[in-house]
Amino acid sequence: MNNSFKYNLLVCGGTGCTSSDSEIIISTFKEECKENNIDKEVKVTRTGCFGLCELGPIVIVNPGGYFYCRLEVKDVPSIVKEHLIGGNPIKDLIYKETIQDDKIIAFDETPFYAKQNKIALRNCGVIDPGEIDEYIEHDGYKALDTVLNSMTPDETIAVVKDSGLRGRGGGGFPAGLKWEFTKNNESSQKYVLCNADEGDPGAFMDRSILEGDPHSIIEAMTIAGYAIGASKGFVYVRAEYPIAVTRLQSAIDVAVETGMLGNNILKSGFNFELEIRLGAGAFVCGEETALIHSIEGERGEPSYKPPYPAESGLWNKPTLINNVETYANIPVIFNKGAKWFASIGTEKSKGTKVFALGGKIKHTGLIEIPMGTTLREVIFEIGGGIPNGRKFKAAQTGGPSGGCLPESLLDIKIDFDSLTSVGSMMGSGGLIVMDDSNCMVDIAKFFLEFTVDESCGKCTPCRVGTMRLYEMLQNISSGKAVIEDLDKLEALCHVVKSSSLCGLGQTAPNPILSTLQYFRDEYVAHIVDKKCPAGVCADLLTYTVIEDKCIGCTLCAKNCPVDAIEGSVKKPHIIDVDKCIKCGICVDKCKFDAITR
Amino acid sequence: MINLKINNIDVSLPENSTILDGAKKLGIKIPTLCHLDLCDLKVVNQVASCRVCMVHIDGYRTLMPACATKVRDGMVIQTNTSEAIAARRTVVELLLSDHPTDCLICEKNTNCDLQTLAAVLGIRGKLKYEGKKSTYPIDKSSTSIYRNPDKCIVCRRCETMCSDVQTCNVLSGVNRGFDTVIQPAFEMDLNTTPCTFCGQCIAVCPTSALTEINNVDEVWSVINDKSKHVVVQTAPAVRFALGEEFGMPVGTEVTGKMVNLLNKLGFDKVFDTDFAADLTIMEEANELIKRVTDNKNLPLLTSCCPSWVNFIEHNFSDLLYMPSSCKSPHQMFGAIAKTYYAEKENIDPKDIVVVSVMPCVAKKYESSREELSHNELKDVDYVITTRELASMCREAGLPFTDLEDMEFDNPLGESSGAGTIFGSTGGVMEAALRTSYEWLTKKSLDKVDFNNIRGLDGIREATIDIDGLELKVAIAHGLGNARTLLNMIKNKEAEYHAIEIMACPGGCIGGGGQPYHGGNPDVISKRRDAVYNADKNKTRRKSHENPSIKKLYDEYLGDVGGKKAHELLHTTFKSSKK
Repeated sequence: MNNSFKYNLLVCGGTGCTSSDSEIIISTFKEECKENNIDKEVKVTRTGCFGLCELGPIVIVNPGGYFYCRLEVKDVPSIVKEHLIGGNPIKDLIYKETIQDDKIIAFDETPFYAKQNKIALRNCGVIDPGEIDEYIEHDGYKALDTVLNSMTPDETIAVVKDSGLRGRGGGGFPAGLKWEFTKNNESSQKYVLCNADEGDPGAFMDRSILEGDPHSIIEAMTIAGYAIGASKGFVYVRAEYPIAVTRLQSAIDVAVETGMLGNNILKSGFNFELEIRLGAGAFVCGEETALIHSIEGERGEPSYKPPYPAESGLWNKPTLINNVETYANIPVIFNKGAKWFASIGTEKSKGTKVFALGGKIKHTGLIEIPMGTTLREVIFEIGGGIPNGRKFKAAQTGGPSGGCLPESLLDIKIDFDSLTSVGSMMGSGGLIVMDDSNCMVDIAKFFLEFTVDESCGKCTPCRVGTMRLYEMLQNISSGKAVIEDLDKLEALCHVVKSSSLCGLGQTAPNPILSTLQYFRDEYVAHIVDKKCPAGVCADLLTYTVIEDKCIGCTLCAKNCPVDAIEGSVKKPHIIDVDKCIKCGICVDKCKFDAITR
Repeated sequence: MINLKINNIDVSLPENSTILDGAKKLGIKIPTLCHLDLCDLKVVNQVASCRVCMVHIDGYRTLMPACATKVRDGMVIQTNTSEAIAARRTVVELLLSDHPTDCLICEKNTNCDLQTLAAVLGIRGKLKYEGKKSTYPIDKSSTSIYRNPDKCIVCRRCETMCSDVQTCNVLSGVNRGFDTVIQPAFEMDLNTTPCTFCGQCIAVCPTSALTEINNVDEVWSVINDKSKHVVVQTAPAVRFALGEEFGMPVGTEVTGKMVNLLNKLGFDKVFDTDFAADLTIMEEANELIKRVTDNKNLPLLTSCCPSWVNFIEHNFSDLLYMPSSCKSPHQMFGAIAKTYYAEKENIDPKDIVVVSVMPCVAKKYESSREELSHNELKDVDYVITTRELASMCREAGLPFTDLEDMEFDNPLGESSGAGTIFGSTGGVMEAALRTSYEWLTKKSLDKVDFNNIRGLDGIREATIDIDGLELKVAIAHGLGNARTLLNMIKNKEAEYHAIEIMACPGGCIGGGGQPYHGGNPDVISKRRDAVYNADKNKTRRKSHENPSIKKLYDEYLGDVGGKKAHELLHTTFKSSKK
């Protein structure tokens, strides 16, 4: 931080906070400071994401790390007056977990942040992504300088290999090996691609990195270009990420202006160009061959491998493709050394992994943890546990390709291989937590609906098979299935897994197989008892009033949208099941737990 | 060589071979569906999308498609593990679960790869998986191709033909997931697209998603109309493939049986498009000699392939001065039948119905072109394909293989070997050269086989020495090759005097109306060999030596390229950029 400022305000400019007016908050802070003649003392910085997105918009006031959350524009003048001028932080606006025994602690001392280890996200929420100087102040482009001016391509690749970095996009393939394969394929033209087609529902780490630290991707891709012998790169990013696209494009422009990109980079004689290509948001375009076809202007669908992109990729040239988070680790690995990176994590999964926490968890948002952290630590310490006093039921990792893990696996150390061994996967880092109000059949159905929708339609098992799987789940959740259907369901899952053309189809049955493995009794309850134990599957629910508990307050009847509840005051009510649309409003309204479903 | 084991048997294969090649070598049949490899024509559909040919390879995480997986040293492959069998069967069951089950009344009943596969894999009774089925509108907007996307199994064979081979890019995957289907962009009707109606999509479609517009009923009813004099003509390529429909070996010439069949079906006269091919050569050779002599409007492009004509009209409208103005042979035939023949036989041309049996579905479209008529009478009234003729034979209960040989009727049934070779790629050019040589040099051409322009290479070129005149010719088959050649000419990278272009790989013998070759790579070569054999066995092998042709000019047309000939035998082209 520039010492000439008394205060430095970090205002989150990520997508979440921007959508809740953080841009206006920034301008209001600037105006208020000017009006109060403290604009020379206060620096207002628009940063990338802080991770605790549910609390946005977030403003951190340094020194002190005061964490203002869920700010509204109208709160700004009082913060300026009381905190910035008066020196008294406003407790009512500060995140309550930072207030301990009447003392305010810095945000990074809270369990949410203290347990994290930010490597890929190191600059998110720290620097202004629009200022290359801030990136450079935080060791930016130092690695590029070292590589271009003092290392050979082979030495560069050796560092990546030694670090043990594995691809963060889902497959977990060793990044250094990929770089080496691509380098070893001789060609006058090669390409470096960045996969920013983040598609897992709920995952947004790649977006956050592009929004909060775009130069780290530019730096890493240039290093990769030098290592494999490519002079051209493309970042394939979905058009639904407008802020990421804008910031990355300005970062590219500035990098070119300042000689970090383009010809004779850092006077090394190395040339590298970078362009953005927009994707239309198809999940399957995260598959590397589909992504390549999409850049080429072809239908975004995968093709048979081999040849792998390292051999024949974009326009049939050797192509290196890594995802955003993988690249974000690269500059740090060069700055701090492969050994340092390899010291973090587990035996076969080095470094950290970013997860997007969602679902029934107190702190939803983005976290970065060392590989080997347990699921329990992530959910109950960093994530703050399950809200509303409910009970943990399952954690879903890996998005639509992953599986649901039960409570008995909470102490599993998260890494690529451990998750795969229990029927789930790391994926790109989605982590959805479910409590006892979630029906596992319904969850499997949700993910299958997603893959049915996102299948490219090229191969039979995925095109037709996922639809049939989805339909079978529909039958189960509506009470139309027979117990033999479970074997059919499982058999089809195995065929779709073993015979689909790409990873999308090969992993699409995981949500079903894992829930069958760990929550089979719930499937049986739907099929045999025609009951949904979690009370989710509407077709299997019958709303009834428990006579003993009902005091006849009439609240349910007043709120029923279809007048399906009858009864006189102070007498037990009755629900007409023929009229009932199973909306659940009566259960929510009843203060006496007198309605069951 | 790569050494590996398939089902515990050692096998050695050249590099880049697939597991499927290996299995074939060992006589192990791995079922396939989307796979297509017409070796001689270098047409390969290897998208590995149907997932029927899945096999187990030791050490692999998933099953692998035999059609696309290249063999590697030391591979250990099992084609019939229970996992592979289950996968194969399930994949076909899944396809069937989204497919109409109206096999009994389907156009491809007994001729459908999916049906065969279901039988081979023992899929019987109730399907294991059932659910939503896709439905799409049927497209019968064109006069050539009938599209029923409900029957599409997304094998992409048609797309490979349309996009990779023909470079027309009309058919491709649209929508995604379960709704994926192969259609024109925006699900437009075919007749609003740059489709040339070559019918190569039909030729490779494993189901009845793509078939011809069927005209059998119209032909039956006109045959049975006593007030009409119905004459039929058969294209050169038909006789070299028709037998396949009745289980005869590929490459059997069945001219005599075919003529007998047509007589038995009730046509009043059975004539030959080979005759009209000879007539075409008279006019085209004359045109070529004139253009070469004047050194104008070169190169001359052949114009007997209607799909190719469509292609140049759609894509190269600035080159429309290049094609020969000659009508295609069957259109010439129609014009002659309704004038010369009508007068000769004293029949009112209005009562003459011309039916063409063609290896081609584009001919159906061609016969509907307005300019291909004379005195407001269409040159050709109906076109049926080789396949439709076979179906009429079956319907009539005629024992094709047992039919005695018969001769064509006269005067429009006599032909030379030059007319016959129109059926194969390079044939029109060779026929034209035989006549042009003699007309230019006034010498007799003893060696009529122009072997240097025969073959199945996509683009072939040769320089023919005609008494000192170096005639540069080129031949292309397949519209992708045609496009390459035209671009070379446009960019002045090559210069020729004459070029033959046929839309279908192999020429008319590989036409979209021929018996389905089912992806059998030898079919085209064997049909082609039969064409050249037939030519060799003809007494006359030059078009201008055909006595019936000479007689036609003497009695009716007058000069070759003269006024009457132009009126009846020539046409015009128009730009129809799409």
